[in-house]
Formats: sequence, structure tokens, C-alpha cells
Amino acid sequence: MRHSTFFWFVLPSALAMFLFIALPIVSVFTQSLHVAHDQVVEEVETCAVFSCTTELRVNAEATAELYEEAPLGKFAGLDNYANRSHLAFDEVSVVWAQASGPGEFFNGIYNLPFYKALTFTLAYTFIVTPLVIIFGFMIAVAVNSLSALVKGPIIFVSLLPMMVTPLIGSLILFWMIDARGILGSTLQYLMGDPSLSLKASSTLTWIMLMVYGVWHSAPFAFVVFYAGLQTVPKDTLESAMIDGASRWQRIRYVVLPYLMPLTLFIALIQLMDNFRVFEPIVGFNAEAHATSLSWAIYNYMNADSKLLNSAATTSMLTIIGVAILLTPVLVRTWRDFNRR
Amino acid sequence: MSQAADRRSPILVFASISFLLIWLLMASFPFLWTLWGSFKVQGDFFSKADWSYAIFGVRTIAETGAPFTGAGYYGAWVQEEFWRAVINTGVVVVFVVIISLTFGALGGYALSRSNYRYVFWLLMLALIFRAMPHITLVSGYLLPFFEWNLWGHLSTTVIVLVAINQPFTLWMLHSFFQNIPKDLDESAMVDGCTRFQAFRYAIVPVMWPGIVTTGLFSFLLAYNDFAVTALLLTKENQTMVPKIAGFLGSTQTEGNVMFAVASVVSATAPLFVLVIFFQRQIVSGLTAGAVKG
Repeated sequence: MRHSTFFWFVLPSALAMFLFIALPIVSVFTQSLHVAHDQVVEEVETCAVFSCTTELRVNAEATAELYEEAPLGKFAGLDNYANRSHLAFDEVSVVWAQASGPGEFFNGIYNLPFYKALTFTLAYTFIVTPLVIIFGFMIAVAVNSLSALVKGPIIFVSLLPMMVTPLIGSLILFWMIDARGILGSTLQYLMGDPSLSLKASSTLTWIMLMVYGVWHSAPFAFVVFYAGLQTVPKDTLESAMIDGASRWQRIRYVVLPYLMPLTLFIALIQLMDNFRVFEPIVGFNAEAHATSLSWAIYNYMNADSKLLNSAATTSMLTIIGVAILLTPVLVRTWRDFNRR
Repeated sequence: MSQAADRRSPILVFASISFLLIWLLMASFPFLWTLWGSFKVQGDFFSKADWSYAIFGVRTIAETGAPFTGAGYYGAWVQEEFWRAVINTGVVVVFVVIISLTFGALGGYALSRSNYRYVFWLLMLALIFRAMPHITLVSGYLLPFFEWNLWGHLSTTVIVLVAINQPFTLWMLHSFFQNIPKDLDESAMVDGCTRFQAFRYAIVPVMWPGIVTTGLFSFLLAYNDFAVTALLLTKENQTMVPKIAGFLGSTQTEGNVMFAVASVVSATAPLFVLVIFFQRQIVSGLTAGAVKG
């Protein structure tokens, strides 16, 4: 295809991505370098009968004018990144100096909002992703051995947790694990503790969110693995059997290596999707015990006085996180591409 | 494969079947429970006294005289005007699907028919864009949209969702078009068609299976979105998902949780219908990207 034809074909799509994905990243970066204007304060003298007092008042008009002139706010360089809400260099060094061991140091920085969100996001990403792969593979193997008659309905039911809107899915589970909901009261009964509440404990909240994550994403891994299992070369399996390989050995040495590329694909998609974990925290109302980077950004923007600069700074740090996460994949693809 | 290869020990069969049954219960029970519960009053849906109230609707009978009540649905649809959100969602979803597929089909076709190096770079760039958390992009939109008075309109949300959708659509349609033989459009061009005519008359008639599958996923992205719609729309223009989230924040009074339950069920129903009719396309779409690598 000629360059000019290619250009016109790709133009609408590329333009949409440039305007609404590439430029916003520039916009986020610019916003993260600014802070809100100071409010204009003026001295006002009010004279009563006997004495005059001066007091300080905020001049709302003048403040609004400042924003009219420079909507971005005041240029602040990298101050946003260093302040307490983000990388918090001062606070971290204080904690570092005072902490007696790694545990205490970790507890210290966990109280800082950015590190709290980062900890949960990383824990969620790296715990849920492998569990999704393992769980999805187990379902795929189990379904694969059934007769064709029941496969259709089983696949239908299995798809549901993935298709449902994430916020709605988490709400549905949240209502069930409520202390007065069916799962919540069953757990209370099983534990023999009528005051048990999943919402009150940080550990239980984390587990709940991760269970939701696996529930929501396992169908995706299942479907991909299931399709992969249909194409496993039968000849290789049979010759392994003739050589005396047990069922387990056949899975370990024939099926698993064959499915390896699929596993990498699922891992890549899941890492990208789990790193942006957001809706479950809103749905489970879990922000007291677990916050994620995406949730932190949402929270800044949703505040009454929209903290756009803080949101932008956290966004920028999140984008850096995504970049670090993707680097191995990109380097690998780049090598493969050059070899060709 | 021969029957002997599939024969397994009874213990293994039992373990595998019971694992599957547990999974099916996990996957379906929450939906059935919520559907059933949405026709009860709050005292039954959240029942402190006895969990069986939720099944038999003891409080529902006491309060309304019948074991089922549509009060939650009435409250949500009529009193809280959930139908507005439904219409808004409909508008957003229809336009997002149409526009993303138009842009994506043109772009994906070009990417599949060009051998230059920049094709690889464009696809890689799309992959990176695919990884961007949506909420980080939204934080880039807010200030310019406020400044230029673009904030709050359905049309802005539509074009934003189209753009966010493009990386995925491009990848998917790219791999679909690669499966359509090049001879088809090239012979059309030998017969004197321009590239666009070849696309219009040789490719468009055979691309519909791929378009349907990709369209399903565009639909899901637009329908399920919360990050963009929650922050970019005014209250009147809200779509279903942020509207449901709004029920929870502001209304903690007795009975209003049931509005949220009823609207959750209402919003999930179309997805069920979608899975019933398009199960095969969804499965093939999920695997299309994977099997091709």
C-alpha cells in the first residue's frame, strides 16, 4: 500500500488517539508541574464608632481573575512530586531515620497516601494475575474433559462474571458479604463470631478485593486456555502416552509448554488491567482499608475543590509505573521484530 | 483421541466435577441471588434476623402483603428517573460502536495491507495506549474541557470513549483483516478499482463476522465504563453506571438501597441477553488476539 493511501486510511483512528490519548498525557504532565494559585488576601479596615480594626479577607474576585489569566495555576516545577501527597521525600527520610527495622519503615511509609495506594496496586496486580492464570487453567482443563452437550451452558455461565460491569459486579458481591447479607452472615456463623465484619478489617478487605479480582478475570483466562486446549497437537499427546507418560506428565511436558505463549498473552493483558484496579474499591466502599493509584486520581478529581494538580501528579507517576511494567514486553517484542 | 487416553481415575473425575460445580455456583449464584432479592424489601435483602427471610420474603409479605414487590424498580425507574440514564447509555453506546468500528475498520485494513516498518511502530504505540489507565487520561481532559466548555456533553464522552477504544479495535480488526486473503482486494485493484473502492466493494461485504465480534467488545467497553462517564458528564447526562454509584453515595435512607439493587439488575439484563446471543463471537473474539500472538 502506498504511503499516502495508508495515511488517509489510518488518519481518523490515529487522529482520535493523538487528540485523546497522546495529548492528554502532555496535558497531565503540564498540570503536574503547576500548583493552585494562592488566594488573594487583602487587608480591610472596618471602623466602628470608637475604634478601627483591620482584618484579612479573601478577595474572591481577584482570585477568580488569576485563574482567568492562568487557568493552569502557578508554575511549581517538581514540587508536586516531592510533597506529602506523592513521593513525600521529607517524610520518607524522617521515617527512614527513625525506623528501627524494615517492618517499621514500611509501616511508616504505608501511612503516606501515595505509598499506600502503590502498595495495594502492586499487591493486587501481582497476586491476582497468577491466581487468574492458575484458576482459569484449572477450569479450562475441567471443562475440556466434559461431553460437548454440557459445554455450551457451562461456558455461558462461566462468562458472566467477566461480562458484568465491574462496578456492578463488585456491588453485587458487596451486598452479599454485608454483615446482613447471605455470605457475611454465613461467615459469621462459620467463625462463631457474630460481630465479624469483612468491612472492618484491612486484611479481610484486601482478600475480598482480590477474590473479586479473580472471580472477575478468571473467565478470560479460562476462555483463552480452553480455545488453546482444542488445538493441542493430538499426535504429540498420543506419542507421549505410548512412551508411558502419565496424565500429569502429559499436562506438564506437552500441554503446558504448548500453552506457554497463551499464558504470556493472558499475563500481559491481566497485568495491564489489574494495574488500573479502580471500580471494585468504589463498589466495595473499601477506601478506608485499600486505595489504588487509579482510585487516588479519581478521589482528587471528585473532591469538591477539584485537586487537578494532585490528580495529574499521581497520574504521571501511574503512567511511569505502566511504562516500567511494559518495558520487558516491549524489549522482547523489539528483539523479535529485529530478528525477523 | 482414543477413549483410553481420556479414561481417568474416579477420584480425578470426582475432583474435577466438584471443582467445576463450585465454580459454576460462584459464577451464577450472585446474579440469581440479586435478581431474586431485587423483588423484596430491604429488610429481607439485608436480613439480620434470619437469612431465609431473603428467600421467602417474610418482611416483604408483612410490609406489602405479597411475597414479591416491584417497589425497588418503581423507585429507581420512576422516582429517581433511571430511564434517563438508560437513554443516555443507549445514545453513548450506539455512537461509540458505530464510530469506533468505522475508524477501526479503515485503520485496521490499512495496517493489515502495508508492509512498511511504521506499521509495527503504530501497533506497538497502540499497545502502549491500551495499557494507559483510563482515569489518568481523564485527569488530562478535565482542565481543557472546562476551559473550552466541552465538559458535560454526551458527544464529548462519545468521542473520548471512541479514542480510548481505538487501540483495542485496531489490534483486533488488524488480525481479522490479515485472515482475509490479499488476492481479494488486489484483484479488484487490477480490475481498475482504487484502494478505497477495493475496500468498499471487495472487503466490506466479507468483513462482517470480524466487525460483529469487534463491535461486541466496543459495546462492552462503552457500556461498562465508569471512570470516564463518572467524571465527564453532568448530572442530567449521566449514564447508568455512574447513576447507580450515585444511588449509593447520597441515599442511605431505608429502601433506597433497593433502588440501587433494582437498577443493578436492570443494567445487567442486557448483558445477559448479549452473552446468550453472541457467546460464540465473544469466545472467538477473546481468543483472536491470543492465538495470533
